[in-house]
Order: sequence, then C-alpha cells, then structure tokens
Amino acid sequence: MLPTPSTSHVCFDRVYEPAEDSFLLLDTLSTSSEIAFLHNRFAQANSKQSTPPLILEVGVGSGVVLAFVAGNTSRIFGRNDILTLGTDINRFACQAASETVRKAIKDHDPSLFLDVVNADLASTIRANSVDVFIFNPPYVPAELPDLSRHDSFNVLSVGQKSTSFEQDSYLLELSYAGGEDGMAVTNRMLEQLPYILNPERGVAYLLLCAQNKPEEVKQRIRDWGTGWVAETVGVSGKKAGWEKLHIVRIWRNSMA
Amino acid sequence: MKLLTLNFLTCARKTCKSAPSSFPLHPREAELEVVQADVNLAFLKNILPRLMWGELRTITGELGLPTLPDTAPERSALFTAAAAVSETTTPGVDPEAIDAPEHPAPVEEPEETPTQTAIDLHRILLETCIKEGKLVCGNCGHEYAVKEGVANFLLPGHLV
Repeated sequence: MLPTPSTSHVCFDRVYEPAEDSFLLLDTLSTSSEIAFLHNRFAQANSKQSTPPLILEVGVGSGVVLAFVAGNTSRIFGRNDILTLGTDINRFACQAASETVRKAIKDHDPSLFLDVVNADLASTIRANSVDVFIFNPPYVPAELPDLSRHDSFNVLSVGQKSTSFEQDSYLLELSYAGGEDGMAVTNRMLEQLPYILNPERGVAYLLLCAQNKPEEVKQRIRDWGTGWVAETVGVSGKKAGWEKLHIVRIWRNSMA
Repeated sequence: MKLLTLNFLTCARKTCKSAPSSFPLHPREAELEVVQADVNLAFLKNILPRLMWGELRTITGELGLPTLPDTAPERSALFTAAAAVSETTTPGVDPEAIDAPEHPAPVEEPEETPTQTAIDLHRILLETCIKEGKLVCGNCGHEYAVKEGVANFLLPGHLV
C-alpha cells in the first residue's frame, strides 16, 4: 500500500476534509490494473523520449489526491519527471493543497509540483495540455451556493484574522453541492474536458455517486464521438446492490 | 507561482480561447522570489519539446531577467558524462559555470552531471516564482492578480 499524504496542517472548517471519495481515488489510482494502464501509457521504459506528463487535478481541496500522485509517481507512472498542477475555486484550499503536495514530494518521490491556482474548474488551462486529469467534483444533489458572495468570502475580510462561520459554510458548500442530480458542476467540467485533454495520451479520472446516474454519464461521454471510452474502474460503498461511489476512466482509443 | 506554470495557462475567458494572443499571459509589476528546488535532470531533458520557448523568452524578457537564447538548448547541452566532468575544463562549456557552487545538484543518473545550461534552465522554470503582481491577457487585457504566490483566475462574470 502506498503512503497517504499528511493533511495535518489543513483547517477543515473551510477546506473539504479527505473522506471516502478521496480515498476511493487514491485506492483506484494505485490498483494493479490502473498502474498497468498508466505505465503502458506513460512509463519511460515504454517510450524513451516521451515528454513529462502533466497531471491536473481540478478542485484539489486539501490536496490529498494530487499529493498522493505527486508523491508516488515512480510507482504509479514508472517515472519521476511528472508535473502536477491543481486548481480550486477556494483560495484557502489552494494554499492548503500546495503545502500538502510540497510535503508529500519532500517525504517521498522527487517529482515536480507546479502550483495550485485559484480558478473555476479548468477554465485557464491551455488546449490539449493535460495528460492525466483528476476530478472529485461537488456531486451531492443540493442547491448550488450563491456565487455572488464569492469575492468577499474567498479572502479574509480586511482587519480579520480568521474566517466567519457563514464564510466557512459557504466555502464548504462549494466543495460538495452539485445542483440538479449533483451534476451541475460536473457537466460544466465535462464540456471543458475534450478541449484540455491531450488527444493522444490524455486520460481522465472522474468520481461520480449513484445519484449522478453514472451509466447515463458514461453513455453521454461515449457519444462525444469516435474513440471516446468511459469505463468504471473503481467502486466503493455497496448499498443493496447499488455502488454508491464510482471512479470513471475517460480516454480516447486511437485504435477505434 | 512558477514560470513553468505559465507554459500551461491561458486567459480564462471563453472568447479568448481562439485568439493566439491569449497565450502566454504577460506578467506585470511582478515581485519575484527564488525558491530553491532540487535539479531533476531527467525532467529537464524530457521537458524541452513541451516548452513554448518563444513565449518563455517573452515572459523572461518582460520580467527583466537575462535574455534567453533564440532557440531552446539541445538535449545534449544539458548534461556531461562523468568522464568529462573529472576534467577541469569541458569543451564547449564555460569552465566557471561547471564550478557553480550554489547548486549541489542530486543527479538523476549517476553517470551524468547537469551543465550550467541545465542549472540555468532549472532556475528559470522551477525556482523563479511570481510572488506578487499581475498576469495580463494579450487579447482582452484582463488582469489576473497574483497574491502570496497564488494566482486568481476567477472572472467576475461567471460568478453571478
């Protein structure tokens, strides 16, 4: 089992605390079948002159998933020249996650951490640049928070040393509330995905819950066009035959 | 925020996506800091084809850093074999550069040592950080703030 990054420095009053969904991503990315898939695609031994892959995680929260990847690149990808980049809409999460990744790299594998930028999904990422995309979205069917308050809640108020309770509640809502079917944010992200993903070697890992109707989501992705594949590669929390959480791997099969 | 990060970012506005001038974002009024990091020679050798060198050259120019050469260095200019390093001078490489003391670089493959060219590239890509300042889109002119090293690409429009 690969080590789980430390998040002891993160304040979970306003940053999503690693939970079952985060750990399902860690577990899935370190299964022997995913490691074989990623090695086949990215390992130095398989493609001597291949350029360093860029890993993008959107909505990093505490940074536990990105740090796990950054700290275990040799095991997961078969190389340690991996670049990691994160985004989050919550500025406090950006700062916390940066620290989590830096610690993981220092403690484990010497891979290359870029930054965590404060952004809406992947709106600021250059076309075709992402090789591995990871997203644990706000997937709970719940009303989206009122974003008109974002600017004032995304920073400490002038003269204040800490955030207010209202501010913390808002920032945590951003991390879980997913609108109708819990898919409002994920649908916006899926629209951006073909644009940012590298057309040859790009692969995405998306977490969904049962209420997101994962079979319908996968079919919609396959309908993007020739070669698009979406398969469940990890599940957890079986409830009366319903898998509660799913990890869907999305990629383009150039052979198709 | 590291300068290499700018190699992967554009303006966040949808209407700028098709405009070539939305990349790279241009640093303005930037306060830089150098954050030391270990040299990863395998990375430097492999990243060359992914670097948008002309744009990187523009950015370093705008930041007032030493001018980069017109073209990216060759892969072979980034390392010397162990045998060559044991000499006091190495052909084609500035001998003073070889002695560069501030970077005792952990070497990826024991038989190879990073050259000054590699160390300089490492310094630009991964150690030079924008701590405070702005990033400006060349197409729409929108200014994104960088504060305490964190760049803010949130647009007022999409938030309402």
